[in-house]
Amino acid sequence: MSRYYMGIDVGSVSTNIILMDENKDIHYKKYMRTLGKPIDMLKEGIGEMERDLKKVEIAGVGVTGSGRYLADIIVGADIVKNEITAHAVAGLNFIPEVKTIIEIGGQDSKIIILRDRIVVDFAMNTVCAAGTGSFLDRQAIRLGIDIDEFGSLALQSNNSVRIAGRCAVFAESDMIHKQQLGHNQSDIARGLCEALVRNYLNNVGKGKEILAPIMFQGGVAANVGIKAAFEEALGQKVYIPKDYDVMGAIGVAILAKEEVKKKGRSNFKGTSIHNVDYKVSGFECDGCSNVCEVVEIREDGRLLARYGDKCGKWSNSIDKDNIKLA
Amino acid sequence: MKITFPHMGNIYIAGKAFLEALGQEVIPPPRCSRRTLELGIKHSPETICLPLKIMIGNFIESIEKGADTILLVGSCGPCRFGFYSILEEGILRDLGYDVEFIVYEPIGEGINKLKENVFKTLNITNIGEVLKAARLGWRLIHKADQITELANETRAYAKDSSRVDLIINNYHRKVEQVFGEEEMMDLMDKTINSLNKVERKKNYEPIRIGLIGEIYTLIEPFVNFDIERRLGHMGVLVEKSLTPTIWLDHHVLKFPFGSRNEKEKHRLARPYLKTLVGGHGRETVGAAIGYEKRGFDGAIQLLPLNCMPEIVAKPILNRINRDLEFPIMTLILDEMTGEAGFITRLEAFVDLLNRRREEDSVV
Repeated sequence: MSRYYMGIDVGSVSTNIILMDENKDIHYKKYMRTLGKPIDMLKEGIGEMERDLKKVEIAGVGVTGSGRYLADIIVGADIVKNEITAHAVAGLNFIPEVKTIIEIGGQDSKIIILRDRIVVDFAMNTVCAAGTGSFLDRQAIRLGIDIDEFGSLALQSNNSVRIAGRCAVFAESDMIHKQQLGHNQSDIARGLCEALVRNYLNNVGKGKEILAPIMFQGGVAANVGIKAAFEEALGQKVYIPKDYDVMGAIGVAILAKEEVKKKGRSNFKGTSIHNVDYKVSGFECDGCSNVCEVVEIREDGRLLARYGDKCGKWSNSIDKDNIKLA
Repeated sequence: MKITFPHMGNIYIAGKAFLEALGQEVIPPPRCSRRTLELGIKHSPETICLPLKIMIGNFIESIEKGADTILLVGSCGPCRFGFYSILEEGILRDLGYDVEFIVYEPIGEGINKLKENVFKTLNITNIGEVLKAARLGWRLIHKADQITELANETRAYAKDSSRVDLIINNYHRKVEQVFGEEEMMDLMDKTINSLNKVERKKNYEPIRIGLIGEIYTLIEPFVNFDIERRLGHMGVLVEKSLTPTIWLDHHVLKFPFGSRNEKEKHRLARPYLKTLVGGHGRETVGAAIGYEKRGFDGAIQLLPLNCMPEIVAKPILNRINRDLEFPIMTLILDEMTGEAGFITRLEAFVDLLNRRREEDSVV
């Protein structure tokens, strides 16, 4: 029976689970839509993994993504890390001398600047999601094309159409305008890819020194049109790792491996957690006028965690050795 | 006369005890909450900076509790704060609240008006009493800041940092119950005692981060998502470049010469920014360099969305970041800021500083 390290990335759009062996090779990969039900998706994912692989030994678990604290409560993780660090670690594993990582996911986009294998700077999109995957998703629907074909359609174009990409709403009106003018689908698709890249470089990448080698990861890296637009705008080759869509999970699995080596044991509760009944309930605290919505998670009736309070009155009321949610 | 004033971090603690000691009835606004913010947003211009919105919420909530006089500090620097008192008075009038506004304008704007306002609010009649009152106020503010700093330090070193939260929550609850200077000082001393009893980790060298930027955002935890507490729980030692103590020392105590601390910031900022740009823009630049010189691991700039002076400082900080190889992250806050993204950035920044330190120790 082989020993694996599990990496879990619970994001706003997708939940990914991967299994990695001691040599950092990926043996199992699961990409699911979170659909706003992170607990159910986690249970389902781990359940399916157990069915697919029959018997596996999990030596350690790491969690990342915006749902990382929740995932930690459910699975018992050895390490809880933010997405930026997780992506950087995974990128370094793919190209050790990488200097720039472009990561575009469903709702956020990041740039990570590394020098000598250390993250020296990073930025995330701040006010607007116009440069992210959900923006492309939406425009693909508008154009009536499948998102999977979007990139290849863009590549067919010889002549891109300039589309205002600063704001998702205006981009949409501008795109409709260009459609009315009679531009063809592929030119518009290419224009949108360029608009997204322009938006990314002007907002997230502003003021950053983008040096080669450059890596591109996250769900949007599947789009060959965007990759081409990046290469054109940067004048550099852009590398896309094989497992571009689960890099966060890979990064945190690598970190879990290091952590378990240090600690000598794992906190993982076991793959049987998919049989456990988790109940989430909430109540409004009436302690002050913040009226915080406190969330309670129970595992087969036993109180596991409480969070959501600003003051720590509820979240600090439970014994926890290594996490702080407040 | 029932006096109230806007919230700004721990100032209400000293302010309440100070005014009570002088025989005034004080109604501090309820602690800032979502309701405060919602009231403020509803009644303020959309594009004004966040502090004004919170203040409007504070005033309305205080008036609901019976306050009829609002005490405020004025300013004449090129920053919208100088316009706050006028705008706020207008907004409250339009809402139909009949309250008196007493604004302490800077001393440079004429001593007589200030003197009149001071006598009126502090219930005193001669300069001697003013000085006595000022000493009392200074002691209270100084001690309140001391508690905030000690709490931050204890959190970073504590074996169980949530104990600090319990002590501080308890302190905040009791502040509302005590009356006057003596009881307040007693409560503060007890709090310091309990903080000192929290068990600390041995041989621990915490990451040190300097918080720089706009003063209100730095001081008011409701606005900055409790950044000091969050970093403290991550084992980070934080220091703020501006506190009520630092502000008073510079603008009142050492008037008209200014404090050594702030003048040092001006001197450090000089190669990048020679002049006043309003608010604390120049101090932000100087403070960043100061933290680098003192061996801090990094700095975080905080500003409310569209804060003009800090916008001027921001690109200069990028330059300092490059010139001195000193990590500086900027976080912009307003009512639209998402908490999850804010925490992710903080965690990633702390990771970055940790990694840098590990690499350094290898070499």
